[in-house]
Amino acid sequence: MALLEVMILSFGGQGGVTAARILAITALNEGKFAQAIPQFGAERRGALVRSFLRISDKPIRRHSSVKNPEIVAVFSEKILKIAEVKANTVIINSKQPVLENCKVFYVDASSIALELNLISAGWPIVNTAMSGAMAKVLGFSFGSLKDAIEQTFSGKLADLNVQAAKRAYEEVKEWSA
Amino acid sequence: MKKVLTGNYAVAEAVKMAKAEFIAAYPITPQTTIVERLAEMVEKGELNAEFVRVESEHSALAAVYGASAGGLRAFTATSSHGLLYMYEMCWWVANSRLPVVMALVTRTIGPPWNIHTDHTDLLTLRDSGWILAMSENAQEAFDLTLIGFKVAEQIDLPFAVGLDGFQVSHTAEVVDIPEQSEIDRFLPERRRDKPFVIEPGNPITVGGLTANECAMMLRHDMNKDMEKVGDLVRNAGYIRDYDLVERYRLDDAEYVVIMMGAWCGDAKEAIDILRNDGVQIGMLRLRFVRPFPAEEIAKLDCRKILVVERDCSIGKGGIIATEVKSVASSPVQSVMAGLGGVDVGVEDFVSMFRGFVKGELGEWWL
Repeated sequence: MALLEVMILSFGGQGGVTAARILAITALNEGKFAQAIPQFGAERRGALVRSFLRISDKPIRRHSSVKNPEIVAVFSEKILKIAEVKANTVIINSKQPVLENCKVFYVDASSIALELNLISAGWPIVNTAMSGAMAKVLGFSFGSLKDAIEQTFSGKLADLNVQAAKRAYEEVKEWSA
Repeated sequence: MKKVLTGNYAVAEAVKMAKAEFIAAYPITPQTTIVERLAEMVEKGELNAEFVRVESEHSALAAVYGASAGGLRAFTATSSHGLLYMYEMCWWVANSRLPVVMALVTRTIGPPWNIHTDHTDLLTLRDSGWILAMSENAQEAFDLTLIGFKVAEQIDLPFAVGLDGFQVSHTAEVVDIPEQSEIDRFLPERRRDKPFVIEPGNPITVGGLTANECAMMLRHDMNKDMEKVGDLVRNAGYIRDYDLVERYRLDDAEYVVIMMGAWCGDAKEAIDILRNDGVQIGMLRLRFVRPFPAEEIAKLDCRKILVVERDCSIGKGGIIATEVKSVASSPVQSVMAGLGGVDVGVEDFVSMFRGFVKGELGEWWL
């Protein structure tokens, strides 16, 4: 795999930064090199947060931000109203494909999180469900993802997050223009 | 064993594996997660160290000063304004020849308030007597922390490990962690008798008023000893080989770029792109600012040198370029870029380096 650059667009509190890190561990489990970069600034709960993920067969040298991602993961449909999403492939938390002019993978991560009671301060925490969908699209095995989630969470929380990831890994659907 | 770690967690892991005995620190972004992680390690019993909470960075380094003077392997970490607040103690540590290791997560000095990387904070230590290293990634931040304890304790000079705020400190990447047994062989316990030990029943005076000649002799000796650091780094016996510089595609380079820090990875990719177009360009990456790799720079036999740096001495310009000009035999051009954490990536370096080769590059990359 040549260098693959991914951008995650999420609202502060949805777990976009953690998702990038989980997928970096997953990539390492698959024998690859990876980098997860949170973009810090005026982020706070509810604000749009960008995080970046790089995956490669070779050590990753660059440390600048990702500007032209091949893949964008969108953690909420509402983000489409405030940010331009430009990529060949978009992975979105949505019941419908809702985008045109690109390859779309969609999964109802919010419902998965709500059904598993992965809720914090009233919000569904969709990062592990979205990690499941992203791992599938990236061609990673579920076992590698499961291990990464178990390194990140412990106990019952790990189990619930693995379940969320598994459901999204299986339920993510593809739509092409 | 390979792990995904942020630069800050990699430093904390290195401090744990170095079996540091004393840590004092005051939180400041982007350094905070280093000492947060170390506090957690101490709390869980993974690291048998005294962790002292203090009310300021000045006190943090004062506490570390005492511990190190008492013979302990001592560590602290800071950034930007925190460094400035402890600045007086930085000189006390250096002039007392204490082998303290400090992680310095580079951050812009305000105002305006800014938490992103800029190398001016690190360079305020330039003349103090600290060994100054700057890492390119989390792996180097880990390795240089361990090498830091070894070299500092061999030469009795403090060692600062620089890592770029966020770009390295908060970026999680793959780090190869050696076995504890390998580290134990590399870095035995600190010798308690060097350079001196303050202990009960054996009173000595440290830092008191002396003859002027003593003060001058001290700085003379420190300067002489700093010159030995290159050999100590090269012969450290660490798991991976280290040197004051990294040479990247330099063998036949007509154009040489000199830089330090995380963005060197982006710049190397730009060098590869120019190389594919037949431009003979390479990089001499500074892994250390002190000691200054003067010999390595003087030896460069090329058409011209470009120094790209994230700092500015107001009234003079690029700090590193000024130093490079003092030793280089080829013409040197200076460009200041990325101050205040401005993002500079591969595409920027491609056009910057093309402009340099053509002689069309200005002094500021704005």
